[in-house]
Amino acid sequence: MSDIGLILSIGVIVVGLLWLTIRSLTGREVERRIIFLFIGISVAIPLLFNITVSEKATPIVKGIYDKVENLPSGSKILISFDYGPSMAPEVEPMSDAFLRHALAKGHKVFIMGLWATGQSLGAAAVDKIVKPEFPDKVDGVDYINIGYKAGNQGVLNVIITDFRKMYATDVNGVDLDSVEIFENIRSLKDMDLILCVGGGFPGIKEWVLFAADPGNIPLAGGSAAVATPLLYPYYPKQLIGLLGGIKGAAEYESEMKKNYPRFADMPTPGLNMMGPQTLAHMVVMAFIVIGNLSFFFAKRRKK
Amino acid sequence: MDRSRRISLIIFAGIIILFILSWIIKSTTLLNVGTESLLSIRDAFFITFAAFLTLAIFSFLYKDNPYYKFAEHLFVGVSAAYWMCVGFWSTFVGNFIPKVSTTLSNFFEVPPKEFDIFYFIPLILGLMLLMRLSPKGGWLSRWSLAFIVGTTAGLNLIRYLRTDFITQVSNTFIPLLVDWNGIGPFFSDFSLSASGQFVMTLGNWVIFIGVFSGLIYFFFSKEHKGFFGHASRVGIWVLMITFGASFGYTVMGRVSLLVGRLTFLFKDWLGLIS
Repeated sequence: MSDIGLILSIGVIVVGLLWLTIRSLTGREVERRIIFLFIGISVAIPLLFNITVSEKATPIVKGIYDKVENLPSGSKILISFDYGPSMAPEVEPMSDAFLRHALAKGHKVFIMGLWATGQSLGAAAVDKIVKPEFPDKVDGVDYINIGYKAGNQGVLNVIITDFRKMYATDVNGVDLDSVEIFENIRSLKDMDLILCVGGGFPGIKEWVLFAADPGNIPLAGGSAAVATPLLYPYYPKQLIGLLGGIKGAAEYESEMKKNYPRFADMPTPGLNMMGPQTLAHMVVMAFIVIGNLSFFFAKRRKK
Repeated sequence: MDRSRRISLIIFAGIIILFILSWIIKSTTLLNVGTESLLSIRDAFFITFAAFLTLAIFSFLYKDNPYYKFAEHLFVGVSAAYWMCVGFWSTFVGNFIPKVSTTLSNFFEVPPKEFDIFYFIPLILGLMLLMRLSPKGGWLSRWSLAFIVGTTAGLNLIRYLRTDFITQVSNTFIPLLVDWNGIGPFFSDFSLSASGQFVMTLGNWVIFIGVFSGLIYFFFSKEHKGFFGHASRVGIWVLMITFGASFGYTVMGRVSLLVGRLTFLFKDWLGLIS
């Protein structure tokens, strides 16, 4: 089925691109809706025929994987859900992978969010991943969701000295002083690793500025592709790793599948998206070539 | 009734019929997989409505229309309401109430904490901010805004200076010959792996040349001629490659969002993929 899909996708796209090339080289205008349609087709067909591409973790992704892997079991990892539903298709695979990996290694997971939407997305991740896949993990002992507080970077500025000044309870209203997981936790400095997943404001940049750097806390993250280029300068000294867009998520998922037999059949939305991504990028590159060719041909015709 | 109005009404009727049909079919499908009858009707409605909203947003690609406007306004309204509700419950009820009143803490079922009078300061500033809605007391909101702007500027100034300037400058001081033990070991241990000596050295040279030429491009106190001009040209190339990489990442991000919505349509709504 996948082979038929691949042949069909390439066939449709190649024929379409040829038609576009001829049309644009003969000086006729190509309407923008046709471009949209092409992108739609190049994304839809691989999705329908489940065309995937294999991935291998690059050093910037491997850095995070190795850090989670090499921390002793029971280490404290904070995952910040700093995104909303509009960004979720791209970054949710990252937070899911981080959560699975941390729990599989036996780490204590602290979930929070600098975005209001992060609170419910964190809770949804608990319902989707922790409860069905890790039924032995106990809320308040192995993981906790402390939710969202308003204040953006101001929140980080407070919790770097004292969590309880900002968070009195978890999302279920349970007093933080009464939960086992928070027994020896005073501030962010007690965390062994912070993993921020986001792509807007506040996000990874604010975590670098207001938590990792002043507190000297290891920080890594997963970022929406749009924000990724701005975060690369922080790697490797201020960020131990970075998942850039869905490709980063796919690389992390492939590393987990490779090393953990229990994750062989886990959902891999990141890897699944790489088929449509590859075809869509090829189409965009073809558009750039066609656009440039028609530009030079038009220039020649004018001469 | 003019022609365009008649067409609009036909489209509207068609959408309503398709919506109801989709709702019925989806409810039946959910019932068949063992969902309770009431739940299946509710879930089917939400899935169909979400599909309608997705298609309404996509319809903008053809041209602006009332269905797109409806979906857009609904999204903005729901987002604002959601942020306000979460803000109220997590910050006002979660932080303020436990510190100021045991009775209110019991009412909202949050554990009371030691009384702290300083928590009234943000309450007063918050109320002053709301005075913006009043035509006469609008000036009061400026005090709160001044506090927000001043605090944010003060916080950011220090952190940006240290993290984004001093540390970034220090991060640029990198060895141009990584783990250098002489030309012999360099060639005998030659590898193209990402963590190998050659690639690391090459990477550091790219950073060095990129930063150096990029800074020269933005240095306007000297005419861009001779060596300075050549370095400036390299700076332009570095900037162009950076913008190209950003564009590539943007395409990847947008395609991911499109894949997300199409996955919803094909999987949750139409059931075409598993």
